[in-house]
Amino acid sequence: MTSSNNTDTRLMTGNEACAEAALVAGMRFFAGYPITPSSEIAEVLARKLPSSGGVFIQMEDEIGSIAAIIGASLAGVKAMTATSGPGFSLMQENIGYAAMTEVPVVIVNVQRGGPSTGLPTLPSQSDVMQARWGTHGDHPVIAVVPSTVYETFVWTIKAFNFSEQYRVPVIVLLDEIIAHINEKITIPAHDELAIIDRTLSSQPPESYLPYKNTPSGVPLFAGFGTGYRYHVTGLCHDETGFPSSNARIVEELYLRLNRKIDQHRNDIIEYQTLDLDDAEICIVAYGSSARSAQRAVRIARQDGIKVGLFKPFVLWPFPGEELAELTRKAKTIIVPEMNLGQIAHEVSCATRKDVVSVNRVDGTLITPQEIVKRIYDVQV
Amino acid sequence: MSFRYEIRLSGSGGQGLILAGKILAEAAAIYDNKNATQSQSYGPEARGGSSRSEVIISDEEIDYPKAVNIDFLLCFTQEACDKYCVDIKEKGILLVDSDYVTKVPEGKFTVHKVPITTIAEKQAGKSLVANIVALGIITGLTGIVSKKAVESAVLSRVPKGTEDLNTKAFNLGIDLARELK
Repeated sequence: MTSSNNTDTRLMTGNEACAEAALVAGMRFFAGYPITPSSEIAEVLARKLPSSGGVFIQMEDEIGSIAAIIGASLAGVKAMTATSGPGFSLMQENIGYAAMTEVPVVIVNVQRGGPSTGLPTLPSQSDVMQARWGTHGDHPVIAVVPSTVYETFVWTIKAFNFSEQYRVPVIVLLDEIIAHINEKITIPAHDELAIIDRTLSSQPPESYLPYKNTPSGVPLFAGFGTGYRYHVTGLCHDETGFPSSNARIVEELYLRLNRKIDQHRNDIIEYQTLDLDDAEICIVAYGSSARSAQRAVRIARQDGIKVGLFKPFVLWPFPGEELAELTRKAKTIIVPEMNLGQIAHEVSCATRKDVVSVNRVDGTLITPQEIVKRIYDVQV
Repeated sequence: MSFRYEIRLSGSGGQGLILAGKILAEAAAIYDNKNATQSQSYGPEARGGSSRSEVIISDEEIDYPKAVNIDFLLCFTQEACDKYCVDIKEKGILLVDSDYVTKVPEGKFTVHKVPITTIAEKQAGKSLVANIVALGIITGLTGIVSKKAVESAVLSRVPKGTEDLNTKAFNLGIDLARELK
């Protein structure tokens, strides 16, 4: 990769941008197991982490990978793993463990066709519900869905920020298109990027309560190996971290875990709109499908059709209220996605409008023409 | 709509088509300062299986990154040629490696048949650089990217120690394009 001039402009893939951004965010521990189409993230980090003072480990599998990053993060290091569908399935139990024990970790899932080993080299968006509800129990989670190489860079950094700030697992949902596309990107100067680290407790070890409730709902952190000793468990626990099945304590814990996200949803949710002001038809699209949707809006607008685009950067928590407000005047909502309608359902619940799906599950990106055709169909 | 040029490089895995696409996109985006994307589609096999690399060059932001209305199609296998030539737009260009593609379909596009692999082997010294010879031909025929830009991008992307071989291959392609025009 070569810079054309003083600014850092390069041709880069989404996977490369993700790895570079993680380093900028301060990630210094990566554990993973290679899997198409995510392997280049591990490849870049295997090369770059050791010389950045970090650790790269290729684990025995994906279960070990997420366990290792949870351990590293408990010791105070920003940690991540990257995988694809089958590996993401294996990680589900420990994603719940990270949510319950409030350990900041970033999990990248480059979506490919599934279920099972499915379509290893082809794109899909069929893990969006798994990202929300893949692990059992009422748990908090944040998932981001970039649609360009630049957005992948920016949202990987934000994923680390959210994870540190709210002490939750954050999922970066890419797909094969974004992961492997080579695109021009101007890397933002590092001092223009906000990097957030977890807030450390100033309590001395003797009186430190690892799961103490705070106004923000987020307990203050103390790294293992820094003189603090505390209990970490996936069982329901009290403020000391020891197990409890006391009804009041249990309920308080669940409510606080979920309040961390609910209370801050306005700081987390971000989206982009295009031509939405007078739109009678609204397209809701995310990830690589949003690229096709953007083109479709441009084509249909040239024909004078009042159509606009709502593109979420954050898929979970779902920006339902914002979407409902912005589409108040719209008659129909079209949701193109490379699955059989997972987010269309969510859109329908949030807006109570007529929702029309455009779906593809053959490992091919939905074309702008397919969306344009549906725009014409609902126009009459 | 504004200017958009779509190139598809097709053949089988291991022929270097994804690398060729990356070089072309880098030449356009970084060295010629246009907008360009390169995307790909390939099977799970390490070698063999169909492989497709697509480059879009534009003067505006590239949203949809796939080629649907092809300006330039390169085919390194008969199978790719049979499958993709219907996607070429009117007055588009089809370039086939005649070492592999013997039956060329008729259409409202210009056809160039060149024994690219044989030329790479006999004149550059290695059949491995057939992809770079093809890049030279594409550059010369289309003028969509500057020769200097592609040359720089080739040198930045090929393995160290193979610069002379690849430059030679690229220039062979440029010369071939001149004869074809």
